[in-house]
Amino acid sequence: MNKNPFGDVTERLDKDRYETDIEESHIKVNQEAAAKSNAVDLLIRICPAHVYSKQPDGSINVMYAACLECGTCLAAAPVGVLSWQYPRSGMGIIFRES
Amino acid sequence: MENNVNNEVDFEVIIVGAGIAGCVAALKLADKGYSVLLAERGQSAGSKNLSGGVFYCRVMEDVIPDFVKKAPIERYITRNCISFLNESSFVNINYGDARLENSVTAVSVKRAKLDEWLAQQCEDAGVTFMPGIRVDELLMDGDKVVGIQAGDDKLYSHVVIAADGVNSMLCRNAGIRTRELLENLAVGIKSVIGLPKDTIEERFHLKENEGAAYAVVGDCTNGLNGGGFIYTNSDSISIGVVVKIDALAESSESASDLHDRFLSHPAIEPLLRGGELLEYGCHMVPEGGQAMLHDLTRAGLIVIGDAAGLALNTGSTVRGMDLAAGSGIAAAKVVDEVLSKKDFSQAAMDAYYTELNNIVVGKDMKTYAKMPVFLENPRMYKNYGPLLGDIMYNIYNLDTTPRQHMMSEGLKIIKKNQLSAFQLIKDMYTGVRAL
Repeated sequence: MNKNPFGDVTERLDKDRYETDIEESHIKVNQEAAAKSNAVDLLIRICPAHVYSKQPDGSINVMYAACLECGTCLAAAPVGVLSWQYPRSGMGIIFRES
Repeated sequence: MENNVNNEVDFEVIIVGAGIAGCVAALKLADKGYSVLLAERGQSAGSKNLSGGVFYCRVMEDVIPDFVKKAPIERYITRNCISFLNESSFVNINYGDARLENSVTAVSVKRAKLDEWLAQQCEDAGVTFMPGIRVDELLMDGDKVVGIQAGDDKLYSHVVIAADGVNSMLCRNAGIRTRELLENLAVGIKSVIGLPKDTIEERFHLKENEGAAYAVVGDCTNGLNGGGFIYTNSDSISIGVVVKIDALAESSESASDLHDRFLSHPAIEPLLRGGELLEYGCHMVPEGGQAMLHDLTRAGLIVIGDAAGLALNTGSTVRGMDLAAGSGIAAAKVVDEVLSKKDFSQAAMDAYYTELNNIVVGKDMKTYAKMPVFLENPRMYKNYGPLLGDIMYNIYNLDTTPRQHMMSEGLKIIKKNQLSAFQLIKDMYTGVRAL
């Protein structure tokens, strides 16, 4: 892969502003369904914000605070793997420059 | 009916989502004197939104006269570039025209600024604007939509307008619009790169306040169905890729890698050099065209904007914001009629389809109905860029070998790119038919 002159995804997300909901994740994973359909690699690949990662035991870790709320994961994940709603009122990404 | 036996309403109309579609509908209805609630899940209007590129804003003259003079726009788009990008070459069609300078039909915008301003216009017109409210569900009385629920709060209205964006959780949670087919969706991944005004004007050959928009195809998505975009704001450049989600899911590519591949391409990187990343974002794009225009009404409900799947990718222009505004106008007209007749039945709401079909929104969606299928053709992303590159190379690489006639050279190049003249003619014919 070519190196982006503006940093990797983590560095880029550092420039974004969020109001993080510290009490509740808006993304929930059904780990059993995810394991059965091998959804983890797909989710890691398609999420532009790298919200999803693989735990040593193969289960999915969700860094929901980084979510840019596009809904790509919800659209592409096999049925039953994700329960996804927008973050609660006023929470989540706050775009200013887009 | 839930707690609402007297048929009393809190507002005559409730609009969910303060994007362009929602704000336009709210403004039009407030102008008619109706009580309107505009609910927005972001802390401010526009804070959840990303501009997909150019706002073909002529339609706004019907909503706010002198829109381009009053609204917070970035630049007037007077230069359009179609770019075939290959691994080590590019072929651009760069179009500038004094006529475009004189007729302002296209502008670049930042949605955080534009939507906030539109919401302010709504408030000034008497709309009750409530930001920071995530609407969870539609309230139903039998088959009729009678209001909304946000947390424990219930609000009742005669009509609800769903303008809650491409993922429309409202319609989805109510089972009105079910899970969208992957083939109808794309994801846009974008960086906003800050650069001084004059640097932008020098690099893109622009006069003050004028802007450029690029539609790029080929290497930016590594051959996947999709494309790259670049457009200039006042003192930043918005750049990124849009890729079909079905193509992305079936490939082995990572979404962020495709974005990075484009920004670091040797033909692109010099445009951004020395800039500073201001924001990184992504957003879903409805790309199914007319196939997505279904289930846009229920008794007491109208769906508009991205939530209705209203976007058009014609290969050269990518439109969404103008269609959102058009659908907002159409919805407001129908809601005015149903409110004055007090008939909120499915049949009454269905006048929205007729209204859409009578205006440019429905007409253009119909005209380009064949486009999504044409754009499925993998040769568009894999073969035609390199073919053009090879033809140009053949023209300009005078390597002391005697020149051959274009016709015979052309056929050789077509063959080398694993194409046939027949395929070429067929694709051109299909393309022209889809346009």
